[in-house]
Order: sequence, then C-alpha cells, then structure tokens
Amino acid sequence: MADEHGIEVWSLVREFKDVKAVQGINLRVEPGEIYGFLGPNGAGKSTTIHMLTTLLPPTSGTAFVAGHDIVKEGPSVRGAIGAALQEAALDPYLTAREHLRLQSGLHGLNKREREERSVELLSRVGLTGAADRKVQTYSGGMKRRLDLALALVHRPRILFLDEPTTGLDPQSRNALWAEVARLARDEGVTVFLTTQYLEEADVLADRVGIIDHGKIVAEGTPDELKATIGRPTVVATPKDVAQLGAATAILERFGEPTRAAPGATAVMLNGKGDLADVLRALDGEGILVDDLRLHAPSLDDVFLAKTGRMLEGDEEPAE
Amino acid sequence: MNVAVRDVGLIAWRSSRRTMRQPAAVIVPLIFPLILLAVNSNGLKAATHLPGFPTKSFLAFFLPFAFIQGALFAAMTAGTDLGRDIDTGFFNRLALTPLRGLGIVVGQLGGALSQALLQAIAYLTVGLALGVRFESGVAGVFVFLVLALVIAAAWGTVGIWIALRTGSGEAVQAQFPILFFFIIVSSMNLPRNLIEAHWFQVAATLNPVSYMIEGLRSLVIEGWNAEALALGFGVSVAAVAVAMGLASIALRKRMTRT
Repeated sequence: MADEHGIEVWSLVREFKDVKAVQGINLRVEPGEIYGFLGPNGAGKSTTIHMLTTLLPPTSGTAFVAGHDIVKEGPSVRGAIGAALQEAALDPYLTAREHLRLQSGLHGLNKREREERSVELLSRVGLTGAADRKVQTYSGGMKRRLDLALALVHRPRILFLDEPTTGLDPQSRNALWAEVARLARDEGVTVFLTTQYLEEADVLADRVGIIDHGKIVAEGTPDELKATIGRPTVVATPKDVAQLGAATAILERFGEPTRAAPGATAVMLNGKGDLADVLRALDGEGILVDDLRLHAPSLDDVFLAKTGRMLEGDEEPAE
Repeated sequence: MNVAVRDVGLIAWRSSRRTMRQPAAVIVPLIFPLILLAVNSNGLKAATHLPGFPTKSFLAFFLPFAFIQGALFAAMTAGTDLGRDIDTGFFNRLALTPLRGLGIVVGQLGGALSQALLQAIAYLTVGLALGVRFESGVAGVFVFLVLALVIAAAWGTVGIWIALRTGSGEAVQAQFPILFFFIIVSSMNLPRNLIEAHWFQVAATLNPVSYMIEGLRSLVIEGWNAEALALGFGVSVAAVAVAMGLASIALRKRMTRT
C-alpha cells in the first residue's frame, strides 16, 4: 500500500574517528518511488543505509522514514521498513521456511499468519520447491531471493536494498529486478536501493542519487542526469583509413570533435543534424563507412562527468 | 503469550536447531568429557588411597568434571554461533525486528542450556550405569541437575559476552584454552586440602570453578553439604550476574540501533 510518507534526509553526517563517511547529505524519496543510490565502494552508500534503517546513529542531522525520525523513533521506523542488507545474512543451517517462521514470529505474526505469509512469499520469490532445504545448499541468487522475502514478511511500506544484485548471474539479477519493480508498481512500496551498477540504476530507478566521497554529487531521473552532461555522439569508421580526414571534416559540420578509437572519428552533435543527416552527407561525398553509430549519453558518462572517473571496475577499498 | 517470552523462545528454538544440525557441535561435547571421565577415573583412581581422600570411587569424585567441561563446550557453541551471526550480518537482521536486545542474549543462552541439559542427562546416565551412587539420594540428583544448569548458564553467558565483545566466532573459539585453564587449575582432580603445591592450592582456592565442581561433587559423594552447595550455587549465580552485566554492556556497544 502506498503511504503518504517516503524518505526525507536532512544534513545527515556520519563520522568514524578520522573518516567522514557521510558528509551532510540531503535527499527526498517520494512514496512508491524507486530511488537508486549509486556510488563506488567506499562512497558512503552502506553507511547511509545503515543510518536510515536505524542500525547506526548519525553523528549529526537526521532523516524521516515513513514519517518517523530515525534518531528519536527507531522502533517505529523499524516497524515500517524492510531491509535486505549487503551480503545475504542467512543461517546456513536453517531452511527457507524456518527463516520465514523466525522472522515473521519476531515481527509478531501469529502461527496461522506465519504459515500463510511463508507460503505466499516462498511462491513469490520462486523458492517453494527449495523451502525445506538448508540454506547452505542454495545458490547466491536463491539466497538473495530469500533475503528479499524475509524483508517483506511484515508487509513494510518502505524497502531498503543494499547492493541486492552484487555477484548475481544475469538471470537471477533480472528476476530480482522484476520483483522489485513489481513491488513498487503493484504494491506501492517505496524502494531505496544502493548499487554500484549503472545498468541497475538505469533500468530500475525512477530517480538516481550519485554519491561520491560521502557527498551527493548529482540527483535526478536517469534521463535528466544524462541530459545534464550533453548530447549524443556520432562515431564513424571509414572503410578506407585514407578518408579519415575527409570524414572528420564532414562530421564537424554537425558538432564538436570528441575522442574516438584509432581509425574512427567522432563528434558530439550540436543540434544541426542527426544520424541520418550525417549518413547522407558522408554518402554525398562518396565516403564509405564500415561502422556508423550513435552513442547516447549513459549514466556512466554522467558519473564520469560528475566525479572525474568511471564507476564500474573502480578499485577503491570496500566500505 | 508475553512478547518477551515469545521472542526468547524463538531465538532459543533457532539456536538449538542450528546446534543440532552441526554434528561436531553435538558429538564432541557429548563424547569428549566422557572419554576424559573414563581415562581419568581409571588413571587417577590410586588417588583414592591418599589419606583423607573423601571417597573410594574416583569415578564418583570425578563425575562433576564432565558437566563442567560439557557446559564449557555448550558455551563455546553459543558464543561461536553468536559471533558468526555478528560477522555475517544475521545479528543486524535480528536488530531490525522488534526483538529486544536482551532477548538475543537470553534466547541464545536458552539454546546453550538445552544443549547442556541433554549433555547432562547423558553424563548422568553413563555415571549411574557405571555404578555411581548419589549420597544425597534422588532429590540430590535433581538438585545436581539444577546446579549443573546454573553452571552452564554461567559459562554460556561468558561465551555470549565474548561473542558480543569481539564480534567474531573465531575470536570466541580462541578463548577456549583460557577458559579451559580455569577448569584445570581447580579442584577437579584432587580435593583442595590434598593439593601439595602451595601455588596450585591457592589458585584452586581463588578459582570460582573449584566451588562449582565442589558443589556438584558434594551431592554425589557427601550427601547434603550446605556450605558446598551454598558456595556452588552462590558462585555460579554470581558468575551469571557478572557475565550478564558484561554482556549487557557489550550488547549496548554492539547493537547501536536508535
């Protein structure tokens, strides 16, 4: 069910001795929205999510989650949220059904409700057949799906997912994305999702916040963010490398030159034409091309523009 | 049902179930003390010829050792499992439920106590089958089991405290030799008044484990010794209280939820 309250974060700061993990972030997540919190390892994503889920008190600032102050109303916040934190925290010696029984019991569901909810959630995350197997026999994807089911036991209005697809194969990742999208769309659950995968944020999130070194450096819908860093790029690879200069001259009629691979030429379009116009111009001058492509700006480009480095494959120490 | 009781029951249920599914955590604590009991009661039975030795049966004299060692094993299991929970994030999963912090400690302790009870029944059955007779009678057997459980609670709480303090199952296991040292430097092999080495006698007198053993032992070989029982129960309950206080402090630092 959609709730009138989402998440509001006010100047949230967390320091660990000499390290300022989160440096005064502000953000707002609307009810029923999927918010992607994007950043490299060590950027402050997990620290933020630990504060928002009340597991870690902030050094200063506060946040309201489902209308409750995370500093003063921890139990109310916890009652309204579900969370699947980094690394599926499961007991290898218990079965999925036993995990659900424990979790739902601790959330106060009576015996009948526990059984019904367990059956429903096991079916929803596709674990009915494996419900009575010990978790130590599960694959990474199965553990993540159980983790999600456990977070949903008490029908939370807000769901926190900390890097939910890290280490998953594409099939498991897509299944998890589908379920998260369904939760937001069909049940109005507000989702706060941290990720270091640009594609995940692009596909799943209604809005994205990019965090780097504990500060939010950009925020908006994926399209808005892409629009802030510019226009599409056309890249042409002439069949005959001797025509590279001529091809470059033609492309420059449509935009500013930009970096391209050896043997290719590229411009960032300036609005004076599109891919079809470029193709016609090249054809008109008798230049044959092996490859001609339009490269739309991606969140990767946004991240590069905002932080000066690429996100995926970043080698910073883990949080 | 009272919420706190329900929560403790659920944590204890999970703790017991997990322990029972780890054969090494069940079999070693069950078998190892019995092996030591068999070895020592044969190898050291000449000690019963010492002037002033309180019984003719070294098996009866040594039987309480199995309970103390079994309780230590159960404590190690409880502490190690809790340490792993902290390490893997399961502790955070519990912290995100309405469960009270103390519920984790008491629930985990409940799991350790159920393991200790099963072990105690096994040791007792073996002891009785081998001919040990309780001078305190049937009621003494019951009091013996109760004291054994209070002692197990003391050890268990120590294990949980170490887990909360260190946050690592491996760190808990690393404490085993230190805790075992307390058992060795006690009156487990000889009555304190018959220990010749002065330093050992002093160490055994200062060592709370001696009074736990002597409380149990008195019911087997002496009958109803009020002083030994008072010291046994008193020291054990005090150990539970101190360890619970330390565990609560460690819990507050570990569980920083708002």
